Amino acid sequence: MAEHMSVVLGSTAIQNLMDIHGFQVLSSNFSSFLWGALMTLEITALAVAFGMVLGLLFGLLKLAQHIKITYALATIYIDFFRGTPLFVQILLLHFGILPWFGDYTTFTSAVVACTLNSGAYIAEIVRAGIQAVDHGQMEAGRSLGMNYRRTMWYIILPQAYKVVIPPLINEFIAMLKDTSLVSIIGVSELTLRGKLIYASSYEPAWVWGAVAIMYFIMTKVLALFGDYMERRLATE
Amino acid sequence: MIDVRNIHKSFGALEVLKGVSCHIAPREVVCVIGPSGSGKSTLLRCVNQLEKVNSGHIYIDGEDLTDSRVNIDTVRQQVGMVFQHFNLFPHKTTLQNITLAPIKVLGLSKSEAKERAMILLGKVGLVDKAEVCPNKLSGGQKQRVAIARALAMQPKVMLFDEPTSALDPEMVGEVLEVMRDLAHEGMTMMIVTHEMGFAREVGHRVLFMDEGVIVEEGTPARIFDAPQNPRTQLFLSKVLRA
Repeated sequence: MAEHMSVVLGSTAIQNLMDIHGFQVLSSNFSSFLWGALMTLEITALAVAFGMVLGLLFGLLKLAQHIKITYALATIYIDFFRGTPLFVQILLLHFGILPWFGDYTTFTSAVVACTLNSGAYIAEIVRAGIQAVDHGQMEAGRSLGMNYRRTMWYIILPQAYKVVIPPLINEFIAMLKDTSLVSIIGVSELTLRGKLIYASSYEPAWVWGAVAIMYFIMTKVLALFGDYMERRLATE
Repeated sequence: MIDVRNIHKSFGALEVLKGVSCHIAPREVVCVIGPSGSGKSTLLRCVNQLEKVNSGHIYIDGEDLTDSRVNIDTVRQQVGMVFQHFNLFPHKTTLQNITLAPIKVLGLSKSEAKERAMILLGKVGLVDKAEVCPNKLSGGQKQRVAIARALAMQPKVMLFDEPTSALDPEMVGEVLEVMRDLAHEGMTMMIVTHEMGFAREVGHRVLFMDEGVIVEEGTPARIFDAPQNPRTQLFLSKVLRA
């Protein structure tokens, strides 16, 4: 493979690069890094997707203050998951709580922990987004005889989503970076792959540099998507 | 039709309504005037239960709105409300603004609701704006759409909360024109307004409020030409001179 490339390019610079041990480590483990990045994306996507469902639910419950029980439940949930480190949450869920529920994998633990964490942050995003919609909109809906639920669904939420998109993409980016913590329970995402490759190669600068760049590429793509969405929402 | 009996309303320590009673008969147009902070908007909002009263009763067609067993959504279907700041739904077109509640609440089909909406848009002179978004409309046009939206529910009563106060002066006339037509058709209306000329011309009865109570009420001629209470006299001397 390395030989083939140098023949095609015929350049001594490439040839020199090929001779460096760190680069050889990276190129021979390239597919492993890619699988790791894919796993990172998978956990993030699942966590944020489920987190949005949880966040919408708990955000609404947090707003419906007159229903005391669900309000208290939502407050406890949000406060706990925002007030403790994700790292500890992962350990607690994987070793302390999920074993009660029988069969589970490290991947399941990772997704559950990240989902619950993400849901708490998204709940606050949803709450803030709904509160940003002019109060007169709820009054107008209600004055037409629509109940709270209908007004929320047809009037408030379609307007709140514009406010919610930018912080939601921030949450996506933050979660993507934080999934590196699930390496502690042995989920072979990008960081754990990096740890293993580093352990067998002793090329810290090359390996961790490559891991950092891969995280950066993923978050940058998300950030660019966020900018695009923000511009689109602004013109709407 | 509307019967308000001795209602009190406080926001925290501030008592805004200090025992207000009034009665509005079917087909009657009642204008509520008074200085800002006198509680007139709060009174109107209580009639639609956008504010909950602390004590007292409000009856609409004999139904007590302050009774927790009354389904407020059903009552509100019969009470149209027009707001000072229009409160149109910005993410929907003019037509959708009008058809939404009839479709979702009354269960009209899309075509029925559209038909009804187009008749109302004709009435307020905005048929050509059906597919336009509210942010493309002028203030006067917005308020006319808001009136059409409320009328689409075919309410028995219409409440207007300072409908022209947020408008540029040249747009006040077009909105009052629509309201005047509505009054002539026999709609029961309760209007909080600063338009004294309109109140005199269209109102059957005028309520003057100050500091949370109805100070004086009577026909427009009596209130405007021969006010009895010194507070009414003072208020009118200020606004009519301007």
